[in-house]
Amino acid sequence: MIRQRNIFFNIDWISVSIYLALVFIGWFNIHAAVYDVTNSSIFDLDRNYGKQLIWILTSFVLISIILLLDSKFFATLSYPTYIITVALLILVLIVGRVISGNQGWIDIGSFKLQPAEFAKFATAMALARFLSGPTVKFQQLGTKLLAFGIVLTPILLILLQGDVGSAITFSAFVLVLYREGLSPYVLIFGFVGVALFLLSLLFNEYHLLIALIGTTAICIYYFRKSRKIIVKLVVGFMLSVLVIFGVNYVFDSVLKPHHQARINVLIGKEIDLKGAGYNVNQSKIAIGSGGVFGKGYLQGTQTKYDFVPEQSTDFIFCTIGEEWGFVGSFIVLALFTGLLMRIIFLAERQRSAYSRIYGYCVASILFFHLMINIGMTIGLMPVIGIPLPFISYGGSSLWSFTILLFILIKLDSNRMGVIR
Amino acid sequence: MFFQRRFVIQAIILAVSFILLVKLFYLQVLDDSYKLSADNNVLRKVIIYPARGVIMDRNDKILVQNEPVYDLMVIPRSVTAMDTLEFCEIIGITKESFIEKLAKARAYSKVKESVFEKQLSAVTYATFQEKLFEYPGFYVQNRTVRKYPSPIAAHILGYIGEVDDNLIGKSQGYYRQGDYIGISGIEKSYESTLRGQRGIKNIMVDVFNRAQGSFEDGKYDTIAVSGERLVSSLDAVLQAYGERLMNNKIGSIVAIEPSTGEILALVSGPSYDPNLLVGRVRSNNYVQLLRDEYKPLFIRPIQAQYPPGSIFKPIMALIGQQDGFLNPNTRYPCGGGYRMGSRTVKCTHVHPPLNLTESIQYSCNAYYCHAFRDMIDQPKGKSVQEAYQHWRNRIEAFGVGVKLDVDIPNELKGLLPTSNYYDRIYGSGQWKSSNIISLSIGQGELGITPLQMANVMAAIANMGYYYNPHLVKAIGENNLQRPEYTTKRYVGVDSAYFEVVIEGMQKVVDAGTAAYSKIKDIPFCGKTGTVQNPHGKDHSVFVGFAPRHNPKIAIAVVVENSGFGSTWAAPIASLMIEKYIKGEISRPKYFEDRILDANLLPPLVPAKVISQK
Repeated sequence: MIRQRNIFFNIDWISVSIYLALVFIGWFNIHAAVYDVTNSSIFDLDRNYGKQLIWILTSFVLISIILLLDSKFFATLSYPTYIITVALLILVLIVGRVISGNQGWIDIGSFKLQPAEFAKFATAMALARFLSGPTVKFQQLGTKLLAFGIVLTPILLILLQGDVGSAITFSAFVLVLYREGLSPYVLIFGFVGVALFLLSLLFNEYHLLIALIGTTAICIYYFRKSRKIIVKLVVGFMLSVLVIFGVNYVFDSVLKPHHQARINVLIGKEIDLKGAGYNVNQSKIAIGSGGVFGKGYLQGTQTKYDFVPEQSTDFIFCTIGEEWGFVGSFIVLALFTGLLMRIIFLAERQRSAYSRIYGYCVASILFFHLMINIGMTIGLMPVIGIPLPFISYGGSSLWSFTILLFILIKLDSNRMGVIR
Repeated sequence: MFFQRRFVIQAIILAVSFILLVKLFYLQVLDDSYKLSADNNVLRKVIIYPARGVIMDRNDKILVQNEPVYDLMVIPRSVTAMDTLEFCEIIGITKESFIEKLAKARAYSKVKESVFEKQLSAVTYATFQEKLFEYPGFYVQNRTVRKYPSPIAAHILGYIGEVDDNLIGKSQGYYRQGDYIGISGIEKSYESTLRGQRGIKNIMVDVFNRAQGSFEDGKYDTIAVSGERLVSSLDAVLQAYGERLMNNKIGSIVAIEPSTGEILALVSGPSYDPNLLVGRVRSNNYVQLLRDEYKPLFIRPIQAQYPPGSIFKPIMALIGQQDGFLNPNTRYPCGGGYRMGSRTVKCTHVHPPLNLTESIQYSCNAYYCHAFRDMIDQPKGKSVQEAYQHWRNRIEAFGVGVKLDVDIPNELKGLLPTSNYYDRIYGSGQWKSSNIISLSIGQGELGITPLQMANVMAAIANMGYYYNPHLVKAIGENNLQRPEYTTKRYVGVDSAYFEVVIEGMQKVVDAGTAAYSKIKDIPFCGKTGTVQNPHGKDHSVFVGFAPRHNPKIAIAVVVENSGFGSTWAAPIASLMIEKYIKGEISRPKYFEDRILDANLLPPLVPAKVISQK
């Protein structure tokens, strides 16, 4: 083994290139989103794009630090990082600042820190560390419960801040658990649960019940030979009934009014173009008006004339869609999908369980953000205020996604040295 | 272990990416409804202003309606080089003004529309419409302005104007720059009924800023809801007649229907044409009216306060009876006045001791000085202050010295001093009736608005109660009425005591001071008053109601600086009464012409009514 080696030794250049491409696509589009003829320098530090450049450059510093650290470090540091983050999440509940309804920000000097962003990679590290333990068997109930506990603790704390959007992204870890042996029924139940949730908001619960009884009866008839499946079907049926009748309670008492409104808009119950539906409608107009090739850089009328709110942060994809058209959307989507496939490939080639599990965490988190963020800009998902990784404006999110990804890249570069 | 599950996860990711891609493909390539881009189209939200509610008189004659006008709007960002000179010529402004207006619009917002020029006429609009495509960034928005078919009731109806920043802030987002709001009169007090609800129309415009039709077939448009109508209690014919009679006179006429409290006519002289305060000419005309020395903007029936003078006597006669100081046979001597040591309150005549009815008929000052002295100085076990305060409460029960809550803004409550006031002047307990004797005949520190005078007459006509006078009798399509206007207010005098006073008031008309104004076939009751005016000629006052039995109209007339009540106010009141009850005037033409032609305006620098603050 070579002792004195370059910090870029053996790193996965494909992931790094995609990362760089996305970060700079983000920077240019933030420029376009807040572009104003009278104030056009992309380096203006008073504007979002100038600041984003600072975040990008500081991210490079973070990358260097991560690559300089010893790989063993990360596994060792997993629990301390997790504990510090949980402590920060508690702290933010006490001293946090409220920005647009979320008490999720800590002021440090002149800039604001959002611990919920950092909780993503901290949770990933802790989960990987726990599941990779030599004596850990995922089939044991205690292991499952502890694994869920690691994920649920930050979720609860973030929910207490009022940041439902960030909390939802933690459900991404279900994919990781699935890869590590969680029963596929959890995924299926999760999917069916969400579907039932939306259906019971749309339709009368008793009509749904009748439909459900019918479906179950047909299935039972079909699988009448297998007692096992019938038992599962019956259990599934009872759980579904619980969901159907629990939904209205959850909808009315747990969700905040603006979330209710957004879900109503999504399922088409409400057309309120000035209120909750405004963002989505304007966002769809922006993206839709881009056509095949887009209007060209800085030429987007929808985004430039401030029709779309939160353009440089959560709705940055509008600018891409409007100014670069379907081609631009396709490229960004392809880059993300490529990155996700590459990350899974990296994860699977690890020799240590820690690295593999961590890799899946990275993939899952990025995937959920991608799905929800782009989904909401084109009206497939409710409006949940979460950023598009690497592209949206914002220091906390860019840093946390950078750290998230580059820890994996560092682990991968050192995959030949065995770490637990 | 579970190695094969990577494929499931990869499949999920690919499937979701594929779904996103398909939706994007649909939005960006297939679906045309979002294609605003091809010609750089922009969605324009046009505000549809609702028509303001119509106001009608009690006989369904329209008092206020709406007329379309066209506001020229501008979006500064879209304005490009153009033929400015021709543009200015069409809409009739100078180039300097053009530059200034554009700068102002730009300062407000570069991307949002603002009003460039308000209320173009239909003719200008027609010319401009043809050339509109030459001026990108400009477009025309329809709205309506108020129109008054007959130029009456300006003070009552009030006017509308643009909301100011203060009101926009207070309305919490309801009003926006350029919205109109009621500023005075009924327009203000019934704003929420009249204003209606704005609508929004989404229109697509092309690169030349020409409308290309509605966005998605108006799926996202909202309709404007017109304001609701109001039915005013005014009788337009009577109001117009009253305004003619008060032409070239300063003063007021207030006519009330006693059985409901509905105001039939409320004339403030001098008046003005309400159409003057509409549209582009409003601000000029407003300044002119404001500068007019006769103060046409002053709403005299509710804002001018006069010492009531002799018309106070019926009230005195009523409360005197109620409290047991007077009865129909009470007589007091009158030797041409009431003497207190060296001072005398004069009476116009020297007559033998009069009874109660006669005291009203002949308006004997001495009679009421005696009665007042008994009320203030005599009561057993009561200090002078207490006796005064009791008297004051009795007066107040007639709606004097308090606001009557009429439904237009800026009503004044008048003047009715408390005992503390006299304590401050004379020292506590250092005064008695002789110090304040002029109150007994309605002079001194008293101020009553014409509306209050008419209301007192309504209370006497009803023999003991009144309804708060009001100008709107039905609100909206459901003809609602405010509950405070359907509640009887009792004045605290038993109905038995009214007959003798009303008898005296009828004699005033039949054979007393107002005999000149008698109307054939209509027995009516009244009281003249001549209000001493320290600043000039006396004010002529008349109050009354008719017919005596089952009264239909109670009225108060004040003509400033014109002398005796019997000379001007009484004939005007009698003409109003006859016009309302009979619908026509039976008196000889000279009788009417004498009033119509009279110019009783005082020389400029007009005499001030008291306490016109």
